[in-house]
Amino acid sequence: MMLVSFLFLPVLAAVILLLIKNNKTAQWTAIIFSGLTLLVALQMLYTPMADFNIAWLPNLNTRFILHADGLSKILILLTAISFPAILWATANNEYKNRNVFLSLLLFTEAGLMGVFLAADGLLFYFFWELALIPIYFLCSIWGGEKRIAITFKFFIYTFLGSLFMLAGILFLNAHSSDHSFLINSFINANLTGGQQITAFALFFIAFAIKMPIFPLHTWQPDAYEQSPTAVTMVMSAVMVKMGLYGILRWLLPLFPVAFMAHTHVVVILSVIGILYASFIAIRQDDIKRLIAYSSIAHIGLMNAALFTHTQIATQGALIQLFSHGINVLGLWIVADIIEQQTGTRSMKEMGGLAKKQPTLAILLVGFALANIALPLTNSFVGEFLMFTGLFQFSPWMAAFAGVSVILAAIYTLNMVQKVAYGAISEKINTMQAPNKGAQAVLIILLIIVLATGVYPQPLFSLTADTLQQLFVK
Amino acid sequence: MNAIIVSSLLGVIMMFCSWGIKSQQVQKNIALIGLFILIIANLAHMYGWYVVDYDTKGMLTYSFFGLYANTLLFALTFIYVWINGDEIAKIGNTSADFYSLFFFILCGISVLTSFDNLLMLFIGIEILSIPLYILTGADKKNMFSNEAALKYFLMGSFSTGILLLGITLIYGATGSFHLTAPVISISTGFAQEQILLSAGLILLFAAMNFKVSAAPFHFWTPDVYDGAPTVFTSFMATIAKAAGFIAFINVFNSQYKALGYSWTLLLTFVIIATLLVGNIIAVFQRSVKRMLAYSSIAQAGFMLFALYGKSEISNEAILLYAVVYSIATIGIFAVLVKMKENSFEAFHGLGKAQPLLAFATTVFLFSLAGIPLTGGFFAKYYMLSALLKAGAGLWLVLVAVVFAAISIYYYFKIIQAMYFTAGEPAINPLPNQYKYKLLTLAILLLILGVFPNLLLNYIYF
Repeated sequence: MMLVSFLFLPVLAAVILLLIKNNKTAQWTAIIFSGLTLLVALQMLYTPMADFNIAWLPNLNTRFILHADGLSKILILLTAISFPAILWATANNEYKNRNVFLSLLLFTEAGLMGVFLAADGLLFYFFWELALIPIYFLCSIWGGEKRIAITFKFFIYTFLGSLFMLAGILFLNAHSSDHSFLINSFINANLTGGQQITAFALFFIAFAIKMPIFPLHTWQPDAYEQSPTAVTMVMSAVMVKMGLYGILRWLLPLFPVAFMAHTHVVVILSVIGILYASFIAIRQDDIKRLIAYSSIAHIGLMNAALFTHTQIATQGALIQLFSHGINVLGLWIVADIIEQQTGTRSMKEMGGLAKKQPTLAILLVGFALANIALPLTNSFVGEFLMFTGLFQFSPWMAAFAGVSVILAAIYTLNMVQKVAYGAISEKINTMQAPNKGAQAVLIILLIIVLATGVYPQPLFSLTADTLQQLFVK
Repeated sequence: MNAIIVSSLLGVIMMFCSWGIKSQQVQKNIALIGLFILIIANLAHMYGWYVVDYDTKGMLTYSFFGLYANTLLFALTFIYVWINGDEIAKIGNTSADFYSLFFFILCGISVLTSFDNLLMLFIGIEILSIPLYILTGADKKNMFSNEAALKYFLMGSFSTGILLLGITLIYGATGSFHLTAPVISISTGFAQEQILLSAGLILLFAAMNFKVSAAPFHFWTPDVYDGAPTVFTSFMATIAKAAGFIAFINVFNSQYKALGYSWTLLLTFVIIATLLVGNIIAVFQRSVKRMLAYSSIAQAGFMLFALYGKSEISNEAILLYAVVYSIATIGIFAVLVKMKENSFEAFHGLGKAQPLLAFATTVFLFSLAGIPLTGGFFAKYYMLSALLKAGAGLWLVLVAVVFAAISIYYYFKIIQAMYFTAGEPAINPLPNQYKYKLLTLAILLLILGVFPNLLLNYIYF
C-alpha cells in the first residue's frame, strides 16, 4: 500500500491546491505534501515495501502494478528530494495563479513517481504522458517570451516519441505469450533478432528524445530557457532521468540482443553529443542556457556509460542519476536567485557576487565544483566509474569523452569567474541576501553533495539489486 | 425490430407535436422522453422482450453487437438533444420537425445495424440520408445552408446511384442480395462472375466511403459541415457517421474475402489517403468549424482500421471509438455553437473568462487527439491493437501514430488560443446549466479514459 502513497499524496495535494486561493497557504500546502512524500521515500529506504498489484482492465490484460527495486528507489528519492527543495527555494517567486501553478507541478510529481514505479507497459505509458501534460501547461502559461512556440515544439517532439513507444508496447503485447503488459512477460517474449531491433528502435526513440541524445536534443536548450525556473529544475533534475530509467528498466532487459548490436552506434552518438554540447556551453553567455548545455553533456555521458554494458560503468551511471540531479538542482537554484533579484541571465552583466553576497558565492562554487566532478564531490564517484567502464569498452571513446571533463572545467569555472569574481557590477550591486528558505535548501543540497561524495556506499547498496539483476544471470 | 418500429412511430408522433404544442421547451422534453422510450425498447429487445416480431426472411438479423450499438447511438442522441435542445429551438419555426427527422434517422440507424441483405442496406442508408439533407438546409434564410444542402443532396444521390449499381452487379454475380450468399471462389466460379462481384464490391466500397467521408470521396464534407447549422453538423459528424461505419463493417466483413489480396491494398490506400488529407488540410484551416470538418475526416481514417479484420477487439474498438469520438465532438461543437464567430481568435482568453468551459473544451480536444487519461487514448489504442491482431504490418501502426502526432498540432491550437493568448473571447452569454452539462460530458470522457471497460463489458452480456 505504501507505494501508492507516492502517487496519492501529490495528487491529493494537487486537487486541494486548486481550491486554495491564498498564495502563502498554497505554497505551504505544496511544501508540506511534497515533504510528506519525502518522508515516505526515506522510510522506503529502511523498510521494504510490498508491490501494489490490482486488476485494472481485465479484458486488455493490463494490471495496475507498482514495484520498487534499487533503480526505482534511487530515482524516487531524487524526485522526493527535488520537489520540496524546488518549492521551498522558489517560494518567494512571483507567479500569477500560484495555486494552479503548484497544482500542476504536483501532478507532474505524481506522473514522475508513476513512471519510476510502474511494472506494466501500459501503465508506464500512462504515467509517461501524465508527467508531460502538466509541464506543457506550466511552460506555456508561465514561461518566457517565446514560450508558446517553443513549448509546443517540445511537446510535439516528446509526444511523437512516446507514440512510437506506444507502438512498441503494442507490438510486444502482440508477441508476448500471455498477451499481457507485465514487464516480466515482455522479458519472456521470444522475439527474433529482427523483432527485437524493431521494438528496440521504437522504444529508443522515445527515450532518446526525452534525455535528449544528439541529434534529437534541439528542443531542450530553448525549452529550458523559456520555462519558469521551477519547471526547468524539475525538467533537468528529474524528467531527463525518465529516459535513462527507461533504458535500464525496459530497453536493456527486454531487448538484450538488439541492445548489444547497437552499443557502438549509441555510444558514438552520445560522445558526439557530449563534445558538441560542451563546446556550445563554452560560448554561452546566458547562464540558463549554459546549465542546459552542460546538462546535455552530462546526460550524454550517462547514456554512453549505460550503452557500454559494463558493470562498472552501469554502477557509475546509477549513482550519477542521483548525483547529477542534486548538483544541477543546486546550480539552477543559485541561477534563479540571481535572476529573480537582478532580472538578468546574461553573465556579462554579472560579477563580484563573492564580495556582495559571499554565502551565495560559496554555495555557487560548491555546486560548480560538483558539476566538474572534483574529488570529494558526489559526481566524482559516478564519473570515475563511468569513465573506467567506457575505457574498458573502448579507449578511444573514453579519450574523446574524457575531453568533456576538461571542457566542463572550462565553461563551469568561466561561469564562476564571471559571476562571482571581478568588480561588482551594477546589477549584482542591487542584490540582497537570498531568503532563508532558498539558503537552507542550498546548504542541505551541498551537504548531500559532499556526504555522498565522501561516503557513497549507501547509494551503492541501494542500487546493488538492480545491478545484480542486470549483470548476474 | 423494437427499435425500428418504435423510432418510426415516435417520428410520426413528433411530427404532429408541432401542430398542437407551441412551446419549444415542451417539444424538447417530449423528444427526450421519446428517446428514453426508444432506449428502453431497444434494451428490451436485447434481453428478449419483443413489441412486435415477425419473420423478415433473413433480411434483418439481430446480433447482440448491433443492438448494443443501437443502444449506444440512441444514448448519444439523447445526450445530444439534452445539450443542444435550446440551440435547435433557435433554428426554424418549430423544433419538433427536427426531432421527428432525428427519429427517422434513428430508424435508419436501426436498420443499418441489423441488415443482412443489401437491399436493406440501401433502404437504411436512404432513411438515414434524406433527413440529413433536410437538416443541412434547415437554416432556410441562410444561403450557405441552402448551398450545402443542395451540394449534399446532389452528391449524396450520386453516391447512392453508385451504391445501387454496386448492389446490382453483386446480384448479377451471386444471384442473391444476402450478405452471407456464397462467395464465388476462383476455383469453382466462372471468371466473368468473379469480375462482376469484384466490380460490384468496389463500387459498394466507394459508395460507403462517400457516406463516411473517407478520401478520396470526402470532398463534400468540409462544405456541408461548414454550411450546415452548427448543431446539425454536430449530429452529422457523430451519430450519423458512426452508424455509417457500423454498416460499412457489417457489409465488408462478410464479403471482403471475394476481393482477396487487393482488398487490403485498396483499404490501406483509402486509409492512408484519408489520414493524409484530413490531417494535413486541417493544419492549415483558419476556421475552427472547417478544421473540425477535416479532423472528422482524419478520425474517419482511424475508424476505418476496424475494417481490417473482424475480431472481438475490432468490435470493441469501433464501438469505443464511435462513442468517445462522438462525445468529444458533440462537446466541442456545443462550445463552438456559443461562439460569435468560428475563428481561432474567438477563443482567445477563454481560459480566463470561462474556466469551466475551457477545461471541458480541453478534455474534448485531448480526447480527440488521443491523449492518455481521456477516452480518446483507449479508442485509438484499441484500434491500433485490433489492427495488429488483424495481421496488418507494424508500419501501418507507425503511419497512424505519426498522423496522430500531427493532429496534436491543430487541436492544440485551440488550447493555445484559450489559455496562452490574452484577449476577450467572442462568446455569447452562457447559462450555468449549460456549462455543467458540458462538464458532465468531459467527466464522462475522463472516466472512459481510465475504465473503458465500463462501456465494453456489455458487448458480451
